[in-house]
Amino acid sequence: MAHADAAHVDDAAHHAPQTFLTKYVWSQDHKVIAVQYSCIAIFTGLVGLVLSDLMRLQLGFPGRFSFIDAERYYQFMTMHGMIMVIYLLTALFLGGFGNYLIPLMVGARDMVFPYLNMLSVWVFLLSVIVLMASFFVPGGPTGAGWTLYPPQVILRGTPGYDWGIILMLVSLVIFIVATTMGGLNYVTTVLQARCEGMTLMRMPLSVWGIFIATILALLAFPALFVSGVMLLLDRTLGTSFFMPALVSMGQITGYKGGSPLLFQHLFWFFGHPEVYIVALPAFGVVSDLISVHARKSIFGYRMMVWAILAIGVLSFVVWAHHMFVSGMNPYFGFFFATTTLVIAVPTAIKVYNWLLTLWRGDIHLSVPMLFALAFISTFIIGGLTGLFLGNVSVDIPLSGTYFVVAHFHMVMAVSPILVVFGGIYHWYPKVTGRMLDDRLGQLHFWITFLGTYAIYFPMHYLGFLGMPRRYYAYDNYQFIPQSAQSLNVFITVVALIVGVAQLLFVANLLWSYFRGRRADGNPWRAASLEWQTPQTPPAHNNWGPELPVVHRWAYAYSVPGAPEDFIPQTAPVRAGGDEPEQTHVKETEA
Amino acid sequence: MNASAILRATGSAGDSPDVPGVAQVVQRHRRPRRSATGIGLWVFIGVATTLFSLFIAAYVMRMDGNDWSPIAMPWQLWLSTALLVGGSVTLQQAGSAARETRWHRARALLLAGGACAVAFIGMQLWAWQALQAIRVVAVGNPAASFFYLLTAMHGFHVIGGLVGWAVTTRRAVRLGGEARVAELIALCARYWHFLLAVWIVLFAALGWLTPELVRLICGIPGVAP
Repeated sequence: MAHADAAHVDDAAHHAPQTFLTKYVWSQDHKVIAVQYSCIAIFTGLVGLVLSDLMRLQLGFPGRFSFIDAERYYQFMTMHGMIMVIYLLTALFLGGFGNYLIPLMVGARDMVFPYLNMLSVWVFLLSVIVLMASFFVPGGPTGAGWTLYPPQVILRGTPGYDWGIILMLVSLVIFIVATTMGGLNYVTTVLQARCEGMTLMRMPLSVWGIFIATILALLAFPALFVSGVMLLLDRTLGTSFFMPALVSMGQITGYKGGSPLLFQHLFWFFGHPEVYIVALPAFGVVSDLISVHARKSIFGYRMMVWAILAIGVLSFVVWAHHMFVSGMNPYFGFFFATTTLVIAVPTAIKVYNWLLTLWRGDIHLSVPMLFALAFISTFIIGGLTGLFLGNVSVDIPLSGTYFVVAHFHMVMAVSPILVVFGGIYHWYPKVTGRMLDDRLGQLHFWITFLGTYAIYFPMHYLGFLGMPRRYYAYDNYQFIPQSAQSLNVFITVVALIVGVAQLLFVANLLWSYFRGRRADGNPWRAASLEWQTPQTPPAHNNWGPELPVVHRWAYAYSVPGAPEDFIPQTAPVRAGGDEPEQTHVKETEA
Repeated sequence: MNASAILRATGSAGDSPDVPGVAQVVQRHRRPRRSATGIGLWVFIGVATTLFSLFIAAYVMRMDGNDWSPIAMPWQLWLSTALLVGGSVTLQQAGSAARETRWHRARALLLAGGACAVAFIGMQLWAWQALQAIRVVAVGNPAASFFYLLTAMHGFHVIGGLVGWAVTTRRAVRLGGEARVAELIALCARYWHFLLAVWIVLFAALGWLTPELVRLICGIPGVAP
């Protein structure tokens, strides 16, 4: 059934990039672009990590470090938030994982628009450069908080008033252009370039997660674009889209009649789907990691796909739960609280299915699996505290406290980043042809996993104590006991250890690239398509002379009677291992 | 991001000898799939529709402010609308002519369609100038701020379309009667229909949507804030 298309392979060989520039810099190859995206995102993420540790230094040892004044603290906080959510996680999951995995997992030779793909990564780099430039301009980066709420965001007195906020908004607009170019590619490639036999319902859940997250990104980022452009005009031209009439620092500003709430609606119409733009790829990747490393078919594949779709749709009707404290009609509060809690249903389905996949599986505690299991744990904790905050009456007293910091870091920061690590440990052998060092990986895992719990678990308690978030210093607040400061010291020390431990990961990436143990094409004995490429790392056109033909789903593990405990998607039909629906049809026909 | 980028991607994997994925996949499927560029354009139209919908939502919500003062639409906008309709119809006819392999007529209509779009941009700038002349500036009245913002956003999408149109025209002149060129012209036409639809909605919203009308449509008895 394999199909030879020798003519185009000749073409491909002829047109394969020959020079260093076309191969590694101006490359249109999705694999190179994925690595470029990942390197830029990881570098930016390391900057975000340093900023978080600087904030923790102030919180743990207030006043000890004179260079961290109040202005700088807020600048660190703002840049940390924006970098981690947008420039690290979104870029890494869609630009990094999406670019690498989609064509290989659906059996395509590349993205359908390679030129656009190349533009996407360079425009992304431009957005990062513009963002980073704000560290070096007069007044420094904006310190308005990552949500950039007007009116304070563009008023004198907010750090980064002069240039920082302008560069931030311009950078976001450029980033959205890059994401749109990438997104068009990912969606169209999934719809158009799947190989023969790769039906939508045979796609690995990683692809499903990235696919739906991309659709969310394409529909949600325009809201950030709209709010960003209008805010930029308020700042530069003096329009009053969001700015109300007000006196600032004793002077009349000239603004009148604008609506800060309008900005909040637009921002969160983007902001909440953004949570799932990060979470859905993580859901998909973790499903694949669990299935491969537990040597079991994913439990309830179809249900998992529908759950991803349901979460994607619901994510667009919950945004105002971020605005309970902004004030709203109680009917709307009720509506948004209800939709927020309803999201727990498809999410819980996914968690149950992961646990049922693990149940009686042949669990290999490899490093990717450790990260996947850690994800389930942190995601459940973060998800449960989300149920608290989804209720208006509970949210209002807790909203301004460290409970919220703990919640969103557990669910939105630690959980996805654990999947990023798991995914990199899992696919690194395919990308480079070498394994990451296992001992370094284990060390990195345990420090990161235990460390993040040690950082964020106490923050729930601090939140219940009433310790307000966003504050630079906590002196002379009678209601904050001394024990809170002891906890803050503890959290800071752990945060520094976890921060430094990430260098183990970076060192592992670099060391293993040159000295790591050589990997064969399928070191995890995985069934999905990306592990069946003729070469590792895959060659320019991925598949050599013949495009693959797929005969089953990506989860044929431990099939009774099969000679091995996995059956690749490309194995002949007679090898068995069909998806459950197919097996059912065959049995009925028999 | 605009249509030009999509059309530029006609160096896409489906067509480029460099990365010849889609074409082979298409051959191998029993039912030929739509072109990747066509699907990509639909996806982009979806993104742009979301963008303009959100702009209009912001426009409607901002109308509630006390400082809102409607502005009269300059007469040039009617001419703009006619030009965009002309471009849309002309490109549609160019697509039909190309499908019927009447390449001479297709090229002429393609050029005429592009000329209409260039004239549209000129007319919009003239409308801006007319408003500026009567001191309707972007700062101050939010209705005017939205007018300039929304017409500029639409104008950028037209300019993006023109870049795509230029790429298509270059191919039409160089390659002549290829099926791929006919497809590109059809995609240009599709994008122009979209630009026209967006413009009609924007023009109607800018010119005739009033705070009273919005309150009448959106007001939910008993739930009004």
